[in-house]
Amino acid sequence: MNYFTEEHNQFRNSLRDFLQKEVVPFVDEWEKVGNPPRSIWKKFGDMGYFGLRFSEKHGGLNLDFFYDVILLEELSKINSAGTSAAIGAHTYLSLSHLNNAGSEEQKEKYLKAGIAGDLFGSLAISEPFGGSDVASMRTTAVTDGSEWVINGSKTFITNGVLSDYLIISAKTEPELKQAGISLFVIDRDTAGLSATKLDKLGWRASDTAEMAFTDMRVPANALLGQENQGFYYIMQQFALERLVMAIGGVAGSEYALQYGLNYMREREAFGRPLTKFQELRHRVAQLAAEIEQQKQFVYYLCDRFTKGEYIVKEAAMAKLLATQLCDKTTFEVVQFLGGYGYMEDYQASRMWRDSRLGQIGGGTSEIMKEIIAKMAIDEIKYD
Amino acid sequence: MFTEEHKIFRQGLRDFLDREVMPNIDQWEEEQRMPKDLWPKFGEMGYFGLNYPEKYGGIDADFMYSVIFMEEISKCESGGFMILPAVQQYMSSPYIYKHGSEFLKEKYLTKVISGEWIACIGISEPGAGSDVANIQTKAIKDGDHYVVNGSKTFITNGVYGDFVVAVVKTDPAMGAAGVSLLIIDLNSEGVTRNKLKKLGWHASDTAELHFDNVKVPAENLIGDEGQGFYYLMGGLQLERLTGSIAGYASCEWAIKYTLQYMSERHAFGRSINKFQVLRHRMAQLISEVEASKQFVYHCCRMHNAGEYIVKECSMAKLLTSELAEKVMTQCLQSFGGYGFMEEYKMARAYRDCRVGTIGGGSSEIMREIIAKMVIDDTSYQRAGSVPSSPKSEPVEAPKTETTTNTNDKKSVMSFEAIESAIKGKAAAAKPLGNTLKFNFGEQNVMLNGLGDANVVTTNDATEAQCTVDVAMEDLTSMLKGDLNPMNAFMSGKIKVKGDMSVAMKLGSIMG
Ligand SMILES: Cc1cc2nc3c(=O)[nH]c(=O)nc-3n(C[C@H](O)[C@H](O)[C@H](O)COP(=O)(O)OP(=O)(O)OC[C@H]3O[C@@H](n4cnc5c(N)ncnc54)[C@H](O)[C@@H]3O)c2cc1C
Ligand SMILES: Cc1cc2nc3c(=O)[nH]c(=O)nc-3n(C[C@H](O)[C@H](O)[C@H](O)COP(=O)(O)OP(=O)(O)OC[C@H]3O[C@@H](n4cnc5c(N)ncnc54)[C@H](O)[C@@H]3O)c2cc1C
Repeated sequence: MNYFTEEHNQFRNSLRDFLQKEVVPFVDEWEKVGNPPRSIWKKFGDMGYFGLRFSEKHGGLNLDFFYDVILLEELSKINSAGTSAAIGAHTYLSLSHLNNAGSEEQKEKYLKAGIAGDLFGSLAISEPFGGSDVASMRTTAVTDGSEWVINGSKTFITNGVLSDYLIISAKTEPELKQAGISLFVIDRDTAGLSATKLDKLGWRASDTAEMAFTDMRVPANALLGQENQGFYYIMQQFALERLVMAIGGVAGSEYALQYGLNYMREREAFGRPLTKFQELRHRVAQLAAEIEQQKQFVYYLCDRFTKGEYIVKEAAMAKLLATQLCDKTTFEVVQFLGGYGYMEDYQASRMWRDSRLGQIGGGTSEIMKEIIAKMAIDEIKYD
Repeated sequence: MFTEEHKIFRQGLRDFLDREVMPNIDQWEEEQRMPKDLWPKFGEMGYFGLNYPEKYGGIDADFMYSVIFMEEISKCESGGFMILPAVQQYMSSPYIYKHGSEFLKEKYLTKVISGEWIACIGISEPGAGSDVANIQTKAIKDGDHYVVNGSKTFITNGVYGDFVVAVVKTDPAMGAAGVSLLIIDLNSEGVTRNKLKKLGWHASDTAELHFDNVKVPAENLIGDEGQGFYYLMGGLQLERLTGSIAGYASCEWAIKYTLQYMSERHAFGRSINKFQVLRHRMAQLISEVEASKQFVYHCCRMHNAGEYIVKECSMAKLLTSELAEKVMTQCLQSFGGYGFMEEYKMARAYRDCRVGTIGGGSSEIMREIIAKMVIDDTSYQRAGSVPSSPKSEPVEAPKTETTTNTNDKKSVMSFEAIESAIKGKAAAAKPLGNTLKFNFGEQNVMLNGLGDANVVTTNDATEAQCTVDVAMEDLTSMLKGDLNPMNAFMSGKIKVKGDMSVAMKLGSIMG
């Protein structure tokens, strides 16, 4: 089944040209500095890439989800997952929440500017004491007159140092546990907000922050959507977020294998190119088969997602399998390159360390299995 | 993917299997054979002719009915049971339908569809399994019949079956180009059958067949002499695709069976489905099986649309059979000691799945095929052999073009020599019925076989139904008979665009 039309293909080509011109030549620099420059947001915004699936009313293009699939695939081929993560966290995490639950006023202020690339955002859910276990988060928001007073901390937040605004979660009614969580939109310059950059294994071109909220006062209209509905909003985005990770996992695997193959064709050992050794050939064949299978599975789910079908279980499956596959593929590709695989002069080492985040972020592999087990063994339904 | 009609069909089939098959499976496994009177019942229901024309008794349905058929017969707790109908309908008789004469279709295909006769496919031999081109069974023409000598082994349905679609050498001096397909009645004089004992698939009979001067009527030849290898390459895709369906469907059965057991079995005061490691292991398997199934569905849709999908079928066969190994091993673990007992069906599922990575082309052979397509095909493209804009004026062959491989010991024909050689071959061959173009980068030779004779032109700008990208060096080898066209294709030396079936006729021109 072919999910891509001629228009999709044209879009892919122009996106590729854009990335080759504006992004690929600079990613090494951004990896060193630790983030893409501010100017890149505007360039993406001008091209409409942040608003592919959003309504025209807010400056979006109102396109089907396969345009996002293409964006995510091509972003996986710039060899800087950190850069892709910075862009992805902005559009697929922060803008999605604004679009989903934001008031018209919030959409005008943040979604529109976010799509245009004038502002960029992040989504802060994880906390030092509540990562997988979202319900145990400790950040609180209490009303004081017409304002909310927020106290607590967040960690591992992508774009957490540099973003212009943040969507954060906090408990508005702690005794209700997850049913007492609400979301807020916070401006960067809010008093009481501080953020520290974390040093990390991979994703080096994205800034990941630990942040503290100390008596941070925000107006009543900072509340995103309804009070105490935060957990529900977070769950509503799960299918999208997991598909995003799955698409990235497959495309990252595909790119890595192609890179490895190109190297193997050039490199000689014992008088012949590496592509002539049966053992290596069979490992390439195995990976190629697994990648093709996974890709078709993910496309099939994207298609169902586009049609508005309920794919919570399948999206968890796809995220689980695709990120596992990416770890396996990038590990193998480092092996195919031998010593060069370990060197920064070649791309394989970065692919490998960047891939490692896939099984941790956006819900760990273990959490995916918890969900799948609950749905398949206990026959629990989430909606 | 499945319509209302498909669902009704599945339900009817399931009822039929629950009635006619399930109560007897244990007995058939024990006796290591299935009763012959079972199969006409399948025939009556139309289950053996799902994709065959009504003319021969088939029901001419789309391929998704076959997907359902394979899924359901794979969920009958016996791989041995599953394989008989699979061989009957998807692994042997398609050769008769696709390439056989009207006479053979009337005589054999109708009996396959009615279930009166059971068919086998005879490829493997004691001395050649994976290496099919190396088979030794000979069929030498003698007037109006062939005399067959040799042996086949591991032949499913071979002990109690009625005939075998045998892969034989009609021209033993040739490699793959001497291979033909011949229908041999298993009751003929000179045929002996030995039943083999085996690890699993107990309900299925597996035979070693010996042919000692067996006389076979000449009209039992399927298609043309020397074309057997190509027919086989096409047919094996269907075999692998249906094998893939059996792979994930048996996994689905095993997972359901295991989850049921896990919900009933208690340990340490709780049902074992509460233990996290068991749950996570099942979650991983369930995910892998779902992904695998969706991939096979994708391949089935391509197959149903008439696409020739060698790479995808090989991938699907590889992944599903290896997955079944993993699923059966891990599911059996959840049963503890009961998993090792025949009282539960896991033990059987475990041993039955073991043949998956061996039969129908082993996992290693699947990886060989995939590697050739993924690695060598691309490297061939990379070498710049993809045609650029064709020129309408004949141009002189630049010397440098034809002698790029100066240190290569093999001599390469010039463009003119190739042209005249193709002209010679084309004049001798039957009209192709299609247009075919050989592309050597800048230059091309076009063969138009739409009329009474094959007309050869050079550097023709018109599109052909099928374009073959090939290096002059490799075409030289093909013209000299040193390189078999199908091997050239499998190894990525030629790259075919357009109608694949035209390329399948390359053998008849090169021969
Ligand atoms: C680079 C990076 C960027 C990130 N970006 C963001 C962001 O933008 N926004 C955001 O909100 N978060 C972000 N995260 C956080 C990420 O979502 C969390 O790290 C993740 O959810 C895991 O939580 P944790 O780190 O607290 O691990 P923990 O929850 O402490 O888990 C530790 C280990 O225990 C396992 N475990 C936990 N519970 C169970 C269980 N019930 N059964 C079995 N095993 C279990 C986990 O799978 C894991 O292996 C980011 C993380 C990283 C590393
Ligand atoms: C139960 C059962 C039923 C069968 N039914 C039929 C049937 O109905 N009709 C029929 O024709 N055949 C049938 N077969 C035969 C089956 O197709 C062959 O067993 C299979 O093709 C492998 O051939 P072989 O056994 O000769 O192994 P070999 O070819 O001898 O292979 C032995 C090992 O070497 C590996 N190997 C071979 N070549 C390579 C290579 N180039 N690179 C790396 N590794 C390699 C193989 O993968 C395998 O692991 C059946 C087999 C079984 C077990």
